[in-house]
Amino acid sequence: MNKPDSAKLFESELEQAEQRWQDSYDASAGAEKDSVNRSGIEIKPLYTPQDRAGKDFFSEIGFPGEYPNTRGIYASMHRGRSWTQRQLIGWGVPEDYNARLKDILAHGGTALSLIPCNSVYRGYDADEVPPELLGTCGVVVNSIEDMDIALADVPLDRISCALNDPSPFTLLALLLAVAKRRAIPWSKITGTSNQSDYLSHSVANHMFFRLALPGARRVITDHIEFANESLPGWNPLSVVGQHTQQAGATPAEAMGFTLAAALQYAEDCIARGMDPDRFLPRFTFFFDISISFFEEIAKFRAGRRLWARYARERLGAKDPKSWRFKFHGQTSGVDLTRQQPLNNIARVTVQAMAGIFGGLQSLHTDGYDEAVSVPTAEAARIAIATQNILREESQLTDVIDPLGGSYYVETLTDQMEQQIEAVIARIDAAGGMYKAVEKGLVQQMIGESAMAHQSKIESGAQTVVGVNAFRIEEDPYEYRSQPYPDPASIAAQSARLTAFKKNRSNAATSHALDDLARAAQGTENIMAHTVAAADAGATHGEICAVLRRELGFGQPLAVV
Amino acid sequence: MVTEGAHPPKVIVTKIGFDGHDRGSRLVAAFLRDAGMEVIYTPPWQEVATVVKLAIEEDAEVIGISSLATDHLLVPRLMNALRDAGVKDVQVIVGGIVPARDEKLLLEAGVARVFHPGTSLEEIAHEIRNLAMRARAMREKETP
Repeated sequence: MNKPDSAKLFESELEQAEQRWQDSYDASAGAEKDSVNRSGIEIKPLYTPQDRAGKDFFSEIGFPGEYPNTRGIYASMHRGRSWTQRQLIGWGVPEDYNARLKDILAHGGTALSLIPCNSVYRGYDADEVPPELLGTCGVVVNSIEDMDIALADVPLDRISCALNDPSPFTLLALLLAVAKRRAIPWSKITGTSNQSDYLSHSVANHMFFRLALPGARRVITDHIEFANESLPGWNPLSVVGQHTQQAGATPAEAMGFTLAAALQYAEDCIARGMDPDRFLPRFTFFFDISISFFEEIAKFRAGRRLWARYARERLGAKDPKSWRFKFHGQTSGVDLTRQQPLNNIARVTVQAMAGIFGGLQSLHTDGYDEAVSVPTAEAARIAIATQNILREESQLTDVIDPLGGSYYVETLTDQMEQQIEAVIARIDAAGGMYKAVEKGLVQQMIGESAMAHQSKIESGAQTVVGVNAFRIEEDPYEYRSQPYPDPASIAAQSARLTAFKKNRSNAATSHALDDLARAAQGTENIMAHTVAAADAGATHGEICAVLRRELGFGQPLAVV
Repeated sequence: MVTEGAHPPKVIVTKIGFDGHDRGSRLVAAFLRDAGMEVIYTPPWQEVATVVKLAIEEDAEVIGISSLATDHLLVPRLMNALRDAGVKDVQVIVGGIVPARDEKLLLEAGVARVFHPGTSLEEIAHEIRNLAMRARAMREKETP
C-alpha cells in the first residue's frame, strides 16, 4: 500500500528527530545506566511512535468492553462503577468477627470477606490444635453454629460474600446451611470462593486444606459444577497469581502460571462435559500488585488481552461474558518493610494506583504494619482511607484506561504479553499446569526468581528504602502490634464446640458423613453431600477428616 | 578452639504450625546449601515432635524456624520438647514476622536469635556458622 506523502514526510522527520534526541541523550550524564524490570524486560529511556509502527489499533488496543478487552472488561470501567473495596477481615472468635463486620457495614461496606483461622486451612477444628494459635490470623469457624454467630444480623441475600475457603469448601457449605436455616434461597446468595485455586496453593502459600493432587483436582471440578447447577450468583473459582508472585515469581511468570492454571481448570471442566459459556463467566482472578508500577499495569493489560483470546480461541467460548478477565488485586506484602513501617503507606499507594490503572474490579490495600505483625486496627483504617483518597480525591478514575496509547505502556504491554506467552508455552510443553506442578517445575521457577530478586536487594542493585539504603536507627518497640485473642474467649470457643457436638443428633451427623465418604469413594459430585453434612451438624474438621481419609493428604514437594 | 573441620554446619530449615508461606524458608535453605552447609529442608506444617525427632536423627547443630503468621508462638513448645528429649546443645533460631514483644519471649524461652524481615542472607549464614560452632563446642565438652 502506498502511503500518502504527508505520512512519509512524518516518518522521515520522526526518524531524524529521534536520532537527534538519541545523540544528545548519549552525551548526557547517566546515559550509560541500564534498566531492567522484574520480568527481565529491558526498559529504554524513551518510547516514540516508532515503537508502535505496524501495530493494529483494533486488534491490539481497541475499546473498553470490546474484544480483546485490553482497555478493560466493561464499557464504563471505573468511570461508571468504582472497584469494590474488599478488605480481608478475620480475627478471634465468631463474635469478634461479627462485631468487626457490622462496623464495616455501618461505615458503607457492601461486601463481606471472611478469613478463617489458619487451623481451618489445615482442616482442623479448635479442639484438635494448640490453643495459642487459634484466632491469631483469622476467625475460628468450625460449625453451622459458629457461622450463624459470625453472620448474625447480616442480610445474606443482599450482600456479596467473599469467603477465603480454598478447599474443600466447608465454609461455603456452612454458609449455605445457615441460609437454609434462615429460609434464604440459595439463588439469592452471591459471592466468591476466594483463592480456590489448589494449583497455586500447591506451589506457593499453601494456605488450604491440602488433599493429594488428584483429590484436589476432583473437588474443585465438583465445586465448579455444583455452583453452576445450584448457585447462580456464586463465583466458585478464583485463579490466583498472588500466591506465586508473593513467593517469588516475576510478574510475567505469575501471570503466565495463572493463565495456565485457568486453562487447566477450564479444560478439566470441558472434559466433564461442561459448557465453557456456562462456567467461564464465573471464573475470577486474584493478583498481587508489586511496586514496579508500569510493569504491573502492563501485566494486567496483557493478561486481560491474552485471557480474552484464550477463552475465545482455545476454549471455544462464544459469549463475550466468558472472555472477561475479572480480577481482584492485593497490594504486595513482600515489598513492605519492617524498617520505618510508615513508609509502607507510600508503597501501598503506588501499588494500589498500578492496580487501578490496570483495571481491577476489587482491591485490598495492605496495612502498613504487615511486616511488623498481623495488621492493627489503625493500619487497617489507613489502608481503607488510602483507597478512599485514590477514588474520591485524586480524579484518577475520570478517564478509562488513562495510560492506553502511551508509547511506553503499549510497548511494555506487548512485551509482557510475549513473556507471559513464553511461560505458558513452557507449562504447555510440560503437559499443562497440573503436570508442571506435579513435576515441581513451577516450584523450581519460583525459587529461582525469588533468589534472583533477593540477590539484587543484597547487592544493592535493587534499592529498598530503610533496608539497604536510607537507614535510620529505630526502636522496634515504637510500633504497636496487633494483640492476640483473649485466651478465655478461645477457651470458651472450644467449650462451645464440645457442647455443640454433644447437643447435635450424632446419628444424623454420622449418617451424613458416611454419605459424604461414599460419594468421595465413587464419582458422584461431593459438594451437595458436604453441604448436607454441614447442615446435619458435621464440623469442618470432621468433613476434612473424611476427605483426607478417602482422597489422601498431599504433602508439598520439597523443592529447594 | 572448635572449627568447622571435616564437616560443614548441619542445619534444619523448617516451619511448624499452620502457616504455609515458604518463600523465606526456601530462600534461606537454598542460600545455606549453596554456601556449603548441610541443609535438611522440610515443607511447612511440621509437628513439634517431628522436628525434635529429626534433630536427633540428623544430629543437627542448628534448627531454623521460619514463621510468617504467628506460628512463632509455638516455638516455646519446641524448646520444651527439645529439653524433654535431652537435646540441649542444638541452637534454635527463628526468622520472619515476629513482633518485638514476642522476640523477648522467644529469647527467654532459649531461642538463640530472631531474624526480622530485611536481614541479609549473608548475615543469617554468618550467624548460623557461629551457632553451629557453639553447638559443636557444647558437644565436645559433654563427650570428652
